[in-house]
Amino acid sequence: MGSVIEVRHLAKRYGSYVAVEDISLSVEQGEIFGILGPNGAGKTTTVECLQGLRKADKGELRVLGLDPTRQAGELRRRIGSQLQESALPDRIKVWEALDLFSSLIPGGPPWENVLEQWGLGEKRTASFGSLSGGQQQRLFVALAVVNAPQLVFLDEMTTGLDPMSRRVAWDLIRQIRDAGSTVVLVTHFMDEAEDLCDRIAIIDDKRVVALDTPDGLIERYAGSAEVTFSADSHDVAYLNDIDEVDRIMRRGRRIVVSGRGALLAKVGAALVANGLAPTDLQVKRASLEDVFLQITGKER
Amino acid sequence: MRTLTRLSWVELKLFLREPLTVVFSLALPLIILFVLGGVFGNEASGPAEDIVYRGVGPMTYYVPAYVALVVASVCVISIPTHLAGNRERGVLKRFHASSVSAWAVAGAEVAVAAVLSLVSAVLLLIAASLIYDFEPAASIPAVIGVFALVTVGFAAFGILLGAILPTARAAQAVGMLVWFIMLFLGGAGPPPEVLTDAMRTVADITPLWHAVLMMQDAWLGLDAGLSWLIFVGIAALSAVLGLRFFRWE
Repeated sequence: MGSVIEVRHLAKRYGSYVAVEDISLSVEQGEIFGILGPNGAGKTTTVECLQGLRKADKGELRVLGLDPTRQAGELRRRIGSQLQESALPDRIKVWEALDLFSSLIPGGPPWENVLEQWGLGEKRTASFGSLSGGQQQRLFVALAVVNAPQLVFLDEMTTGLDPMSRRVAWDLIRQIRDAGSTVVLVTHFMDEAEDLCDRIAIIDDKRVVALDTPDGLIERYAGSAEVTFSADSHDVAYLNDIDEVDRIMRRGRRIVVSGRGALLAKVGAALVANGLAPTDLQVKRASLEDVFLQITGKER
Repeated sequence: MRTLTRLSWVELKLFLREPLTVVFSLALPLIILFVLGGVFGNEASGPAEDIVYRGVGPMTYYVPAYVALVVASVCVISIPTHLAGNRERGVLKRFHASSVSAWAVAGAEVAVAAVLSLVSAVLLLIAASLIYDFEPAASIPAVIGVFALVTVGFAAFGILLGAILPTARAAQAVGMLVWFIMLFLGGAGPPPEVLTDAMRTVADITPLWHAVLMMQDAWLGLDAGLSWLIFVGIAALSAVLGLRFFRWE
């Protein structure tokens, strides 16, 4: 397992506007790596520098062992890109787009296979302009993987899709990874990042403010989970002996235990061991959204 | 090379699916030919025509001029609109990310322009020869050579316009304006001899004027001097500036 991307202290400005202040991260082979952050945080600029589409002002960048500035041509042949704010001509047909893009970078599977794999077989002769938003996104992703790239960048691919299409898109992203590519996923959707990504870098205000697995982030920044159950007059002081428990409160009939880690399992086990088996035992876990609010300190 | 041929082929198909550009590049020069043919007649060279029309009959003057004009209409209206539109919509950015070079993008435009110009010029010559009586070309190889030069030169000029104009709308408006100015002042509209001095000064810096002169020279076996040098200069400057200002997004 080696790093496919190594970035240290990336900085980029457009004129006097600072787009990226200081970004450092590394992406491992075979993972889905999320870059999460609010609009204008510097996500797109970061990945465009990594794809060799923009020149970084400062920083050390290695992508697939190449320098994205000096070896941009070579790099672009080995990666796949789905770009934010890009399009195809309205009148190009689906098969023509796949045929063209597969010929640009030879070495991938026959594009007919890719067409079927991404569920575009029925739309083979449809023009790009006549496709729905979801179908256009699927075509973009198909174009990104048509040359069997080692590394795929997906920038806000589910923005503008309805919830159904988003779920479909998530499955497609997992398929890309399962086919052996590393995926860098730029998004501002918390649920998407939490559901899909092996690791996430949260970018805020042009810097990486946190980087970990979704669980690790939740654990570290919004660690407290809350377990609640009804207990009438039962004495639960023994729960204080559990390491994961931070605090026990009583709210009327209900007991609220806050803590970290494997809280539910430990509390549940202790309750059963002490002869209490509440039917309403519940856990409320923090989500990535809580982490995000905790870190960035602002409502989205 | 493979990228260039694939891209050119797709671009050509896309071009033919745009009705407006097809009408403009193929039909408009024909309409203008017939309007001017109707206005100025098809008489053989008389005393008045000795002074205007470089001493030949109006249609013998206009037919080679219009062969140059069709190239200009493809290159100055269609190329900038298409190129700026592709950049505006993010198509160029998409190509860039798939390692298409700027040379391939520009080369595909030149290739499409060449095919369309050729088709358009052949249509024009067929239509003109059915209706009008004009002198045949003095030297066919010279006409073909000038045609190739004019096509590449105007394509470079069109790519420059497409590179510096920000949107498809702007490119279309500016392209049409430039094309009409060139049409009226560049020897393809009223005969240059009847233009005012100010108009002729403007005409001297338009590439169409020089393209028309070159094409007529080849067709009529005349020699108007340094037009080819000026045209090549404009084309080379356009190519350099076009690649200098070319942006993917």
